Amino acid sequence: MIERLGRRTVDAIKAVGGFGHFVGDLARAVPDVAVWGRLTLVQMRRVGVDSLPVALFIAAFTGVVLALQASYTFTGTVPLYFVGTLVGKTMMLELGPVLAGLALAGRVGASMAAELGTMKVTEQVDALETLAYDPQSFLVLPRVLAGTTMFPVIVALAILTGIFTGWIASFVLLDLSTQEFLKGLKLFYRFKDTWFGLFKSATFGCTITLVGCVVGLSTRGGAEGVGRSTTRAVVYSAVLLLVLDAFWALVLLR
Amino acid sequence: MIEFQDLRKAFDGRPVLEGFTLRVQDGETTVIIGYSGTGKSVALKHVVGLLQADAGDVIVDGRAVSTLDRAALTALRREIGFVFQFAALFDSMSVFDNLALGLRRRELSDDEIAERVAEALALVDLTGAEDRYPAELSGGMRKRVGIARAIALRPRYILYDEPTTGLDPVTAAVIDQLMVRTREHLRVTGIVVTHDMRSAYTVGDRIAMLYEGKIRQVGTVAQIQETEDPVVRQFIEGRPT
Repeated sequence: MIERLGRRTVDAIKAVGGFGHFVGDLARAVPDVAVWGRLTLVQMRRVGVDSLPVALFIAAFTGVVLALQASYTFTGTVPLYFVGTLVGKTMMLELGPVLAGLALAGRVGASMAAELGTMKVTEQVDALETLAYDPQSFLVLPRVLAGTTMFPVIVALAILTGIFTGWIASFVLLDLSTQEFLKGLKLFYRFKDTWFGLFKSATFGCTITLVGCVVGLSTRGGAEGVGRSTTRAVVYSAVLLLVLDAFWALVLLR
Repeated sequence: MIEFQDLRKAFDGRPVLEGFTLRVQDGETTVIIGYSGTGKSVALKHVVGLLQADAGDVIVDGRAVSTLDRAALTALRREIGFVFQFAALFDSMSVFDNLALGLRRRELSDDEIAERVAEALALVDLTGAEDRYPAELSGGMRKRVGIARAIALRPRYILYDEPTTGLDPVTAAVIDQLMVRTREHLRVTGIVVTHDMRSAYTVGDRIAMLYEGKIRQVGTVAQIQETEDPVVRQFIEGRPT
């Protein structure tokens, strides 16, 4: 029992050390712009454009549900235009970034872990090194930069979609006029609502892609190993995303 | 010259190399033979710094690989072509891009890159395969592309990791001829890791047998064929006991 605990502690310390080493190597790859510059654009298209449908789909239904739940909760005691307030605030501060983040952890994080994991077990990563490329600047940095820059764009569009469908649902199903919905939307709005959600989503993008790359590049053992890495990347990303979500609320919203 | 000096390497506490020492002279092709899992590929990967030795070192033209910083290691890698066991082609890239990738790191013009790619593909009899993807190639063709990728760099050294494993005898013979042709055309120094004795006799100037983490015997093809060492004899004759 004690031996197992000791071994796990050592493994955990090794994992943290390994991650620190990985981030250090990543920082050293930054001057290699000639390599990662062009590849970042390719990854931005993959992360951004390809992920947009799933993020917008989730946001569209979330906006509708938020409007209906708000109306159900208020039950006449709170003016109905507060539906606009609740839809706007919740989409911007929490559900827009977190739901899109969780969906993209599955889509982007898993695909990166699987792709890099396959490259690792088929020696393509070794081949890159023998061709005098640094895997950090060729594989990791473009993905992390693409995730960090494109997640806020995706989340911004998801928030707008959620608010739009919330407005449509209020107008069609709750008989709330556009003026009333907008009144509620503007009521407690602060610019911080916008940048908080977008900043948070940038950190989610960085975390999800970094985890996908770290897990993918540490893959061992063929197809089974790739499968394990893919699952691990999704689980780690989702857990870290929720921890980060609580962390930013604690640091920036108090 | 490449020199393995008392190289030691273990994985998860299991020793693989236990004092591997070998000298590869310029211009010659040395074949390392040995049973599966004895560390032949492990030794090869130390030459380009893909693995770090627990003790000992590999010296390439006077440079100790384990002491090189990132820039020096990159410079060393530019002098060495590595042919992987399963070719390790980038499956998302065409054959042209697979070959061009390493050349783009050398600040060559697009015309020079295209010329070198065409020349390398011609040398491996794959002219016209530029636009094909690895998934569309047979095992033998992939290996030839892997060799073309290495020779397009015009390296001083080429390291072949099990180049004929998994190929039918005729395709294996084609790969053997290709390695000989590469040595004659480019005058490169080569190390070939294999357990295919026909291949070893065809391409090798010298043969070294790795056994239990060390070199058991090293000699010319004729010396190995006439050896009286029972372990080497059993291996080259492929006898079960």
